[in-house]
Amino acid sequence: MFASLTRLQRYYLYYTGGFLSFIGALAVLEQHGMPPRWIGYAFLCFTISMYALIGIACRTSDVSEYYVAGRRVPAFFNGMATGADWMSAASFIGLAGTLYLSGFQGLAYVIGWTGGFVLVALLLAPYLRRFGQYTIPDFLGARYGGNAIRLVAVAAAILASFVYVVAQIYGVGVITSRFVSLQFEIGVFVGLAGILVCSFLGGMRAVTWTQVAQYLILIIAYVTPVAILSYNVTGNPVPQLVYGQVLQQVTKLENRLFQSPVEVEVRELYRERADLYAQKIMQLPQSLNFEREQLSTQINQLKASDAQMRDIVALERQYRDLPRDPEQARVRWENAMFSAVDRSKTPIHHAEAFPGETVEEQNIMRVNFLALIFCLTVGTAALPHVLTRYYTTPTVRQARESVFWSLLFILLLYITAPAYAVFAKYEVLSHLAEIPITKLPGWVAAWAKIGLVSIEDINADGILQLAELSLNPDVIVLATPEIAGMPYVVSGLVAAGGLAAALSTADGLLLTITSSLSHDVYYRIFRPDASTQFRLVISKSMLLVVAILAATVAAQKPGTILSMVSWAFSIAGSAFFPALVLGIFWERATRAGALAGMVVGILLSIYYIIRVEFDSIPILGISGFGMEPWFHIQSTSSGLFGVAAGFMTIIVVSLVTKQDPRAASFLNTIRFRNGDGP
Amino acid sequence: MILKAELHWRKTRRLTFTLICLWLFITFGLTWFARGINEVVILGFPLGFYMAAQGALVLYLLIIWWYNRQMKKLDAEFGVENE
Repeated sequence: MFASLTRLQRYYLYYTGGFLSFIGALAVLEQHGMPPRWIGYAFLCFTISMYALIGIACRTSDVSEYYVAGRRVPAFFNGMATGADWMSAASFIGLAGTLYLSGFQGLAYVIGWTGGFVLVALLLAPYLRRFGQYTIPDFLGARYGGNAIRLVAVAAAILASFVYVVAQIYGVGVITSRFVSLQFEIGVFVGLAGILVCSFLGGMRAVTWTQVAQYLILIIAYVTPVAILSYNVTGNPVPQLVYGQVLQQVTKLENRLFQSPVEVEVRELYRERADLYAQKIMQLPQSLNFEREQLSTQINQLKASDAQMRDIVALERQYRDLPRDPEQARVRWENAMFSAVDRSKTPIHHAEAFPGETVEEQNIMRVNFLALIFCLTVGTAALPHVLTRYYTTPTVRQARESVFWSLLFILLLYITAPAYAVFAKYEVLSHLAEIPITKLPGWVAAWAKIGLVSIEDINADGILQLAELSLNPDVIVLATPEIAGMPYVVSGLVAAGGLAAALSTADGLLLTITSSLSHDVYYRIFRPDASTQFRLVISKSMLLVVAILAATVAAQKPGTILSMVSWAFSIAGSAFFPALVLGIFWERATRAGALAGMVVGILLSIYYIIRVEFDSIPILGISGFGMEPWFHIQSTSSGLFGVAAGFMTIIVVSLVTKQDPRAASFLNTIRFRNGDGP
Repeated sequence: MILKAELHWRKTRRLTFTLICLWLFITFGLTWFARGINEVVILGFPLGFYMAAQGALVLYLLIIWWYNRQMKKLDAEFGVENE
């Protein structure tokens, strides 16, 4: 049986077997009393040292090996590597959590992130491979000519990749801080070390073979807990087939819980709290002074009577924690008000599409759902770190096949994610709601400690109501094994999988950023005569700088993983998609057109994100520039406007400028060639 | 030679266009009506939910598979296999 396999396939088979026996051994050791903390360490050390070993074994200083793995990666393995490259911390950690929280609405991510590969397969991959250089800016530079377009492309690639890589490193921090109890900021830098070993030593070649190894770990880690859950709940270990039944049970539980009088009462209490905050915000700054006076009289009263020291200290801390000035009070109270408003809303049913109380609200949901799908598909087809993966196959045909394998390997995870969410919801609704708060399982406290789970007994009845529990979407996947009471080894496995997902994507992104800088900017524009050795030195030192910069930003916890990622997609889509597609399919597209279109696309997209999402930038000292969204479209879908504007600008400007005679011959070489072309 | 390339490109373009239209219909057409389609329930799955969670994904895979198959045939027909 083994004889028919290639050497590569055999290697990865042994590797998978080795990993499975490692899990088995840990499971046995846990039975014999190995403490959970050690299991966490064992997984962390084992997986990161595997990646490092592969990275060292594949080290290279050949330019073509460094940038495109020598174009020798077979379609099947390239598909697997693309899968790992593609599925980031957002897919692994964030997706099921978002599906858990928003039900059907979260499926926009599932459709968008898979549908984009159809665009990659049909519109881009074969043509990029036939062109066969190193980077996406290379392609745009060759098609349209000139350094200006190359520079714009590099800037866009770096911007989108950087936002995206920050989200990955943030994911690494979440995982390490929970499972091996490192401080969040330290966890970020430990993960960074793992990333650097691969990309630093061996560039694309090392990253490719590590990504295949990481894919295997991440898919095993993702499917295992759901399969166990599925077996426990339904007796069938294939969750994708049976979660329909569980979904029906969830709907029944939802119907009962959402309408129960206590839940309604709790939601009413949150509404009152929101109103209270709204009032306080209206009456600023008097309300702040009033609160301050009230607290200080209370403290004085307590001090005068012989109250317990503990109560006084608690009040004094409250006093110290009061907002310092009206501006700070407004920000803080607005946040408190919004979170109270969220909790006061009637929760939505999991399977309901475009929920809303009026037809108008439903239509807003529907439009946003489709807009998000649009941005994610187009972003998928425009992210440079994925597109460069199709440079690494030996032939055009293999590039096409490789897209098929990529999507297949990605589907395995994306088809499981909705099942994950439904099973997790079933567990929470049936085992966590309506139990006494003193009897809550240990995982709640553990996750509350790093601020991703919060519980508040607002009606003081000592029992947990659904509305009193708030889960961060990033928790669901990592905590599900604990929620369902599985052995700790499963939690460790999931953490290792999440780490693999975050590291593999971060590797691909860092490599894209640094090859843009060293190849496109340094070599192509500034020093075409630079020696190959020196180009690699530049590339590696850039890698170090960018990685440390990204980790520093991630340590500030700038937002949830998923919203950061969506912005990156909108930006990448607006910048690249129109220029790439028109560049391949429309001969008349000119340099001036492409340049104008890319600039307009990026700027519009960023402008929209900033004005809709933020109202002030304290560092620059400007504020009050927030605006109402256009057509109710959220900032995560800013690419809708960016891409549309990009297409229009390219078409209009191209039609009024003179056609470049070299375009036709360039297009001939990428559309059709039978071996005797350049 | 030029004519051959022209014909190959025309056929490629037609295949691409057809499949993109199919893709548009699955991604945006069907999804637009998800609320209505959800009334149909199969194996416990409301159909709209099922299409977005699994159905569309499998159809995407089939589109790519079909495209690869047709392109392989086309390339063989025009003798551009030997790259």
